[in-house]
Amino acid sequence: MAKRVSLSGNEAVAYGMKQINPDVVAAFPITPSTEVPQYFSQFVANGEVDTEFVPVESEHSAMSACIGAAAAGGRVMTATASAGLALMWEMLYVGASMRLPMVLAVTNRALSGPINIHNDHSDTMGARDSGWIQLYGESAQEAYDNLMQAIRIGEHKDVQLPVMVCYDGFITSHAVENLEMLDDEDVKKFVGVKREAPFALLGQDPISMGPLDLPNHYFEHKRLQAEAMKNAKKVILEVAAEYEKLTGRKYSFFEEYKMEDAEAAIVVINSTAGTAKFVVDNLRAQGKKVGLIKIRVFRPFPAEEIAEALKNVKAVAVMDKADSFSAAGGPLFTEIRSAMYGKVDGKIITNYIYGLGGRDVRSENIEQVYSDLFKAIETGKYEIYNYLGVRE
Amino acid sequence: MNNRKMNITPNTTWRETTPGGVVIDAGNAEDFKTGDWRAMRPVWHEEKCKHCLLCWVVCPDNSILVENGKLTGFDYDHCKGCGVCTKQCKFGALDFVPEE
Repeated sequence: MAKRVSLSGNEAVAYGMKQINPDVVAAFPITPSTEVPQYFSQFVANGEVDTEFVPVESEHSAMSACIGAAAAGGRVMTATASAGLALMWEMLYVGASMRLPMVLAVTNRALSGPINIHNDHSDTMGARDSGWIQLYGESAQEAYDNLMQAIRIGEHKDVQLPVMVCYDGFITSHAVENLEMLDDEDVKKFVGVKREAPFALLGQDPISMGPLDLPNHYFEHKRLQAEAMKNAKKVILEVAAEYEKLTGRKYSFFEEYKMEDAEAAIVVINSTAGTAKFVVDNLRAQGKKVGLIKIRVFRPFPAEEIAEALKNVKAVAVMDKADSFSAAGGPLFTEIRSAMYGKVDGKIITNYIYGLGGRDVRSENIEQVYSDLFKAIETGKYEIYNYLGVRE
Repeated sequence: MNNRKMNITPNTTWRETTPGGVVIDAGNAEDFKTGDWRAMRPVWHEEKCKHCLLCWVVCPDNSILVENGKLTGFDYDHCKGCGVCTKQCKFGALDFVPEE
């Protein structure tokens, strides 16, 4: 039987890691993800897991050690945030390209400069093209649930890719919430006790990994890697269905909230979805047809499904907690707009950059976005690229 | 991945190749000819050679061919022309000339 617990997001993730009992965790502490390896190293010291914990001198080394351990055939996990993720950059590509399943918990935090330790999505949005699967979670519960499913998704024989489990720094990582934790036995059964590795450095058969790949083969390997990302879509849904049987909690590529007859919709990622749902409820009580889409899977990007979910709205606002400095819109906005192009045309679609560096996102801010959308529907006039909640 | 011996050629497609470029059979570096990287070529003067085999010791590419303790020539398919063999030869038995 699952048990109800009160934990912060970081605690939930660290306890989840304890239940998974990976072979290797290599980590370097960085705010606000520090607590994950901190709690986990205590489990190691107390003998509650038999994980090899590798304290390293930087995140570049943390990811390098993870890659080595995963190449050897181990089940490997780590955690990081912000500049720590940025320092892993080079190795993120290596891990994904070598097709090594690993799970990395990322507590989303702004990237410098100026230095800021608070939440936005600049870190993982910057890593979006590294070949890692990206799952996002609104709450501690979702961070925990995504962690469990991430193991299965990445290790699936048709996928064999590393997975980032992202949740908002401080908002989700440090606030204590009630959640349901699986029994240790159920976790063991769900994830299995050992990683199934189709090839590994340790074992009977000698292999080489990470060879030089010149123009006559590199391209083919990238194509094969892209296929794994396509395969991941099916696997994500299969694993979610199995997880739902176990827990009753339903997961998909994204959550649709009151979208059935919505005329104005917001698309958002992570904890802001909670505030936005509150606003949707209030506006619905006033008879306004509003809805919300909360993205869970950003890589692979569920383009067709998103277009389908937005086909009946009149106007969409995409909210980005990161600016890509294209001067034309944030990363989620450009994905959503291109997903709709040619499939669902003639919609009003706008972008709001919000909450950078941990700026509070209040219900009034979200209300303003819906009110802008209705104004756009009435007048046909609107700005595409907006900053929300910045001092004008 | 089931067949451990696989021959990756310039015609191998993305469906046939190994994930991440894993090399699943050992000792296949021999199949990869690196000799065309060479700009300079070592040339052996057999009459001056004392067969001390120090050139064989220093060659990083295992490209000095030896039989029964005697140097017999070069494996030009794999010699990249680094020149360390010619540099260390004390007997003038190895010249280093531009590749033509």
